[in-house]
Amino acid sequence: MPKYTLKIRRYDPQSGEAPRWDTHTVDLSPVQSVLDAILQIKDDTDGSIGIRCSCQQAICGSCGVRMNGKPGLACNTHLVEAAGRAWNSPDEEGDGKPVITVEPMGNMPVIRDLIVDMDAVHWKKIQRVTPWLINKQPVPEREYIVPHENMVDVTQPMACIQCGACVSDCLSMEVDPEFIGPAALAKAYRFVGDPRDAQHRERLNDLSEDRHGIYDCTHCFSCIDACPKGVAPMSQIMRLRRIAGSDFDIKDRNNGYNHEHAFVKNIRKNGILHEPDLLADSYGGKFHPAAGAELLSGLPTALKGLSRGKMTPRTALGHPHKAPPEVKKLFDTIDGKPQRYELNLYVSGYEDEPETEADGSTSAAEDQS
Amino acid sequence: MPSHDVLIIGAGLAGQRAALSAAEAGASVAIVSKVHPVRSHSVAAAGGINAALNPEDTWESHAFDTVKGSDYLGDQDAIEIMCREAPDQILYLEHLGVTFHRNETGHLGTRAFGGASAARTYYVADITGHAILHVLYEQLMKRSEQIDRYEEWFTTDLLQDEEGRCIGAIGRNLRDGALEVFNAKTTILASGGCGQLYKPTTNGLIVTGDGIAQAYRIGAKLMDMEMVQYHPTTLAGNGLLITEGARGEGAWLLNAEGDRFMEKYAPNKFELASRDVVSRAEQTEINEGRGFPDGTVALDITKVPRRRTLEALREIVNIGRDFAGVDITREPIHIRPGMHYIMGGIKTDSDGETTVSHLYAAGEVACVSVHGGNRLGANSLLDTLVFGRRSGAHAAARALQMPMPSTPASRVADTEKQIAAVMNRPQGGRRIGAIKNELGETMNEYVAVFRDEKGLNKAHEIVRRLKEEGTVAAIDDRGSVFNQDVIGAIELGYMLDVAETIVVGALERRECRGAQWRIDYPGRNDEEWLKHIDISMNGADVPLVSFSPVTITRWQPEERTY
Repeated sequence: MPKYTLKIRRYDPQSGEAPRWDTHTVDLSPVQSVLDAILQIKDDTDGSIGIRCSCQQAICGSCGVRMNGKPGLACNTHLVEAAGRAWNSPDEEGDGKPVITVEPMGNMPVIRDLIVDMDAVHWKKIQRVTPWLINKQPVPEREYIVPHENMVDVTQPMACIQCGACVSDCLSMEVDPEFIGPAALAKAYRFVGDPRDAQHRERLNDLSEDRHGIYDCTHCFSCIDACPKGVAPMSQIMRLRRIAGSDFDIKDRNNGYNHEHAFVKNIRKNGILHEPDLLADSYGGKFHPAAGAELLSGLPTALKGLSRGKMTPRTALGHPHKAPPEVKKLFDTIDGKPQRYELNLYVSGYEDEPETEADGSTSAAEDQS
Repeated sequence: MPSHDVLIIGAGLAGQRAALSAAEAGASVAIVSKVHPVRSHSVAAAGGINAALNPEDTWESHAFDTVKGSDYLGDQDAIEIMCREAPDQILYLEHLGVTFHRNETGHLGTRAFGGASAARTYYVADITGHAILHVLYEQLMKRSEQIDRYEEWFTTDLLQDEEGRCIGAIGRNLRDGALEVFNAKTTILASGGCGQLYKPTTNGLIVTGDGIAQAYRIGAKLMDMEMVQYHPTTLAGNGLLITEGARGEGAWLLNAEGDRFMEKYAPNKFELASRDVVSRAEQTEINEGRGFPDGTVALDITKVPRRRTLEALREIVNIGRDFAGVDITREPIHIRPGMHYIMGGIKTDSDGETTVSHLYAAGEVACVSVHGGNRLGANSLLDTLVFGRRSGAHAAARALQMPMPSTPASRVADTEKQIAAVMNRPQGGRRIGAIKNELGETMNEYVAVFRDEKGLNKAHEIVRRLKEEGTVAAIDDRGSVFNQDVIGAIELGYMLDVAETIVVGALERRECRGAQWRIDYPGRNDEEWLKHIDISMNGADVPLVSFSPVTITRWQPEERTY
């Protein structure tokens, strides 16, 4: 079996010493997990390495860590996969062997070794979104009658195991520690998407108006990459925005609503993003007083852009690009749909799903042929 | 010193359900767990939860299936209670927000499960336990004024007064190592089973039999400890669970020759016979040379339409991909029987009361007994909810009528000393991991699907030796912040105590019933063995065996075929 070298970040708050790296070598099969390796080291060599873990099957959510820079569960990350990630380990020995660095997750304080304080960050944010069902009245004597598709739909955010991997790598949270964040907002969608909940509007209002709410997400996809369970937190945030903006018409003080509408208008018109218009339109058009103030405050950025050649006076003031007919066709197709198409893999299946399976009638015989 | 009407130890489904019902009854509640509640192993329950909720189904049918599944060792009064209360529990969860999957009319949907005469298993894809656990935790957050949560606190001892009543527990805060006395009028153990006694097992690393051992050590009776369930479909190697829901949705079992062998063993139910029957059939195929070289047979999930698998069995699609490198929607996956559950546990009545006054138990830690010799799939979640609720309500009602007991704070000093002794052990003992491995392999070899006296004696001998080695096992960590090494050493002691009671129970029961299959005593022997085996500590660290009758209300034992 191949040898793997693990560099494990160690921190003991009682020692008074700075964090350090411990190096261990294990002989394990490439498809064994990083957790298997850590447990072997604990069993055989050093029982003092701190890591939360239990189920070893990616369902309890305990073992969130960073492996070669990427957050995830140690239990379902194969050694070969972790070792293969491009990553400059902190002190490379240069012998060419695959090194796997294991660190605690980010955006949360470290308690010890690989154990972070999830209460201080993650769970606090979960509590922020009123994380329980507020029943639609009257509560029926038996079950609520709701479409199967709705329950399958909310199974996606429901599949969240609260491991914190998305929180670990949320860029918005790095900039704004008060951002409610991917996990908690995915949890919020779980209620907004549930027809049994009575307060969709109140929840959406709250999350739209909050300075650290749904419009604080910068759409960077990090949480989708990080999530080991396919919850796609950012997609749930975008769905919250669509429902807030399009279905409930919530015009928030963070200007999220106006910004999104300006964006759509901008693309419809120009085909590609025309930034100078976007800012103005987000604030009610060029001649709106609020837009004036925003434009003024954006001036240094614009000047920097000009000086570095990122835009020219022509692109800043004119409209050199017009939307081609294909773009208009795309808009027409989407506008013509009777309902919004949600990219929820639990509903729509995998991307590789053949079209013929859409009616749910795939037979095993076809698969075997 | 925290003082509460009701103290609950363990925050899986049984513990959280008990906390909610005790709070609803007006009691102040503390719930203590060595892990964050959503990490509890209930989270791994996949397939669903049984209830006769459809108008055309009856609780009597559910109860009979359960009695038959138990190989007539279950207590029928308790089984009646569980099956009658099941529909209310499903609706309670539905109203709290559990996202049960629906049928085409928007009503609660069901799937088929083993040993059941109707499709009465309610489910959320194949994450049913996870969905319920997280929804109950939402309710704990909502009721945080009435329910105090002590998350990542490890319970070290149960406390008793001079009359032997349980008056709370001592806990250790994992974050800083501080000890605390939890005063309580009543205490409910809901700390789960003991899967880690076996290697491999479907159970998580935290499932170390803590509550069973703690109750045993203060004199509570354990019951039917020999009844250890092997689940028919676990992955070779790491032992991960492939839900019974796969067979419920239509998957087949095939041997290496491609035969659907269950036809021979259960001509009516095939793959959906009860778990003991299917596991024995698989093991027989493997032992007689019709398995694959890796000691497995195959589970063919391609029989289930792919789209249905992706929607309703998504978790095992992931498990197949991540842990076996198999796309289960395209090809069969190799599986074998693996340790999954213990039907036995702390003996309780149907309100959860143990034989120690003011101490209750609910869920896998307890033995009511509703599962007898073999538990039906999807009855475990039901057990946790029904008896969690009943324990919580009963413990609260009792607590509200009595004064708060008090424990001298000095009691902590004894525990402090014990922990210090563990931490200051001289170097040189065996490593905890090595002892756990030997225990796990021993149990899986000799106390498994098929058992005999010779093997069981051997297991007993090994467990006795490991108990001695365990008391001096090596410790690396001497700190107080998240010292998992010290907790591991204490857990090892619990595991070895529980292992011994299992082996002693298995040696005692000289017949074949449910999960206890003694090849040296063929056949079920109702005349001599239609009774529970109770085990208690006799003071000298040798388990003391006694017997108690099985309650039969309306279903006389019959021959059991599927």
